[in-house]
Amino acid sequence: MSGVMTFLTRRRGGRGWHWTDIVSWLWLLGGLVIMFGPAVWLVGSSFKTPAQLAEFPPTILPYVSQQAKVEGYDKPLTLYRVKLPDGSTKVLAEVRRVGIVAQMVDPQAPNDIVKVNIADREPMREIGFATENYAEPFVHFDFLRYLRNSVFVTVMATLITLLTNSMAAFALSKYKFRGRDLTMLLIVGTLMVPLSVILVPLYSVVGAVGLLDSLWGVILPTVATPTGVFLLRQYMLTIPDELLDAARMDNASEWQIYWRIVLPLAAPALAVLAIFSVVWRWNDFLWPLVVLSRKELYTLQVGLNTYAGQLNVQWHYILAMTVVTMIPVILVFVFLQRYITSGIAGTGLK
Amino acid sequence: MTGAATLKAWAGAALAAPVVWLASIVNVPLKSWQRATGTGGMAAFFLAPNMAIFGIFVLVPLVINFFYSATSGTAYFLQDRTYVGLEQYQRLLDCGSYLDTATCREDLFWKAVHNTGLFVVAQVALMTVVSMATALILNREIVGRSFWRAVFFFPVLLSPVVTGLIWRWILQRQGLLNLIVHNRGGEPHNWLTDRFWAFTAAVSVSVWAHMGFYTLILLAGLQAIPRDLYEAAEMDGTKPARVFWRITLPLLMPNLLVVIVLTLIRAVQIFDEAYVLTGGGPGTSTLYITQYIYEIGFASLLRNPGLASAASILMGLVLVVLTLLQLKVGRRGERKGARE
Repeated sequence: MSGVMTFLTRRRGGRGWHWTDIVSWLWLLGGLVIMFGPAVWLVGSSFKTPAQLAEFPPTILPYVSQQAKVEGYDKPLTLYRVKLPDGSTKVLAEVRRVGIVAQMVDPQAPNDIVKVNIADREPMREIGFATENYAEPFVHFDFLRYLRNSVFVTVMATLITLLTNSMAAFALSKYKFRGRDLTMLLIVGTLMVPLSVILVPLYSVVGAVGLLDSLWGVILPTVATPTGVFLLRQYMLTIPDELLDAARMDNASEWQIYWRIVLPLAAPALAVLAIFSVVWRWNDFLWPLVVLSRKELYTLQVGLNTYAGQLNVQWHYILAMTVVTMIPVILVFVFLQRYITSGIAGTGLK
Repeated sequence: MTGAATLKAWAGAALAAPVVWLASIVNVPLKSWQRATGTGGMAAFFLAPNMAIFGIFVLVPLVINFFYSATSGTAYFLQDRTYVGLEQYQRLLDCGSYLDTATCREDLFWKAVHNTGLFVVAQVALMTVVSMATALILNREIVGRSFWRAVFFFPVLLSPVVTGLIWRWILQRQGLLNLIVHNRGGEPHNWLTDRFWAFTAAVSVSVWAHMGFYTLILLAGLQAIPRDLYEAAEMDGTKPARVFWRITLPLLMPNLLVVIVLTLIRAVQIFDEAYVLTGGGPGTSTLYITQYIYEIGFASLLRNPGLASAASILMGLVLVVLTLLQLKVGRRGERKGARE
């Protein structure tokens, strides 16, 4: 028992390796595999052909079958390594297959057809990437449109969030007026009202203002984020009022004070909110799912879910599009992760 | 200035120019507004856009939800619906025994309530243990701590749809998990069509997706514990177990409670990952309350928005209680922090 406790307490520096260090490193390495492994597996699978995706046991790496152009045939033929009756092996190309018998030709001598039992052959494969999984959904499905919709929603919602939240935060931090504390309480109070609690009435309100089945109907209900107002207000409180008074002495209007002084000074907090907002809006699912019923308006998340929910799931496309959907978030993770972690550690918001 | 930097500065200026120009145009009418109303009027101006959006899309729905739940019909607009008083609530709460969903009039709702209850218990327990263990390990003198922190944080940013699909792909019949099982000589299994495994998957995937967030909070708490306490304990030759129970755990308690309550609040509302992963199945074994609200409110052929609204208010009440608990826990944490 005390051994477990040693493990739970911090290591006192520089005493060499203790077994708790080994357990810690195992935990961390296991974590590395469990956290990144699924995403890596997804990316690897997204480059496999449909035939390969249906295989069991699955291969780790994506392979494509080798093909060769054979004289006398229009299309390239697939190559197989065939075990011939005399015991030798030879590379042959498949012309057609009937049941368990394949008609094959030698690429060097394309005139003689050899009949081969399919149990006696193995496809020739090399590591290769089925990049058509990425190209085709953009042509055959509406993924390009979904991508555009998602980008539009994310960019617009983030811009409006930054503007309206920062204006409100400016008023709440730099002016004294009646009902200020009540307004703040109201905003913070609704932090506890999740979407699922007001889903049905929100739908009817959005319908009443005529925004059903429009991207603005997705954008507007999300932009007045209480977390954003709260975060910016807390930050703006640290900007000294003397600075504003000095600007007023110089005849600056209140709008100029907000725009020229407070906003630039609040840039770090705005950056954090912008990152959060981009991730939130890009990832939103339930609300767009409810409000959008015309297919051409779907965002990536809703479109992905729809295609993945079909009876005959075309996994090769779904996997590739899932990777595409992940890309912006991965970029945020790689370049901006420390802003988010410091934001969470500082305010406890997500 | 180098060429690239000049170019960058120019590009930035060109992008900013229209915005700056717009801001200076706006300044003209706003100046006269300010002259007319004083700074008080300016406060109203700055608050107006946010509060208008907030009012229309948060406060109004919040209030009309109560009226909504007292109506019936399939129309979405309040004026087209018929008033039925508390009938929807009676319907939801009409049960022979709350422990047996078969005796309930709305057995699906109670199935969802039971499932959510089970989910909450399992998820909160697993989440607390896993994120606590990770935070404790990250708090040791580990090489590359910020890298490891990032590793555990990575899934937090993924969208629930992506998370759900990644794991559906791993748990499907020809998936990675079955490959591992197969390589160890086991029998491949349809994980998501089995009641027990579908539930386990829903719980584990949501822990996978969010543990990084809670680890971060706990780690911040651990790092705020003054080091001299540990040094003093070491000088006294205190056993590590005692150090954990007497120093680490009590001082971390405020953060730990916040984590537990936050996990609780989020677990009650579980929807997206589980929905994409299992779709509520097999049968209704992973149907949770939010999915019930969504389906009865919108997706089902027998949709009944009033019933969904009543169910959402019942869930809201639970959340209010939990949030008040959180505020109380949080305040106790603050007071404790102030004392130190």
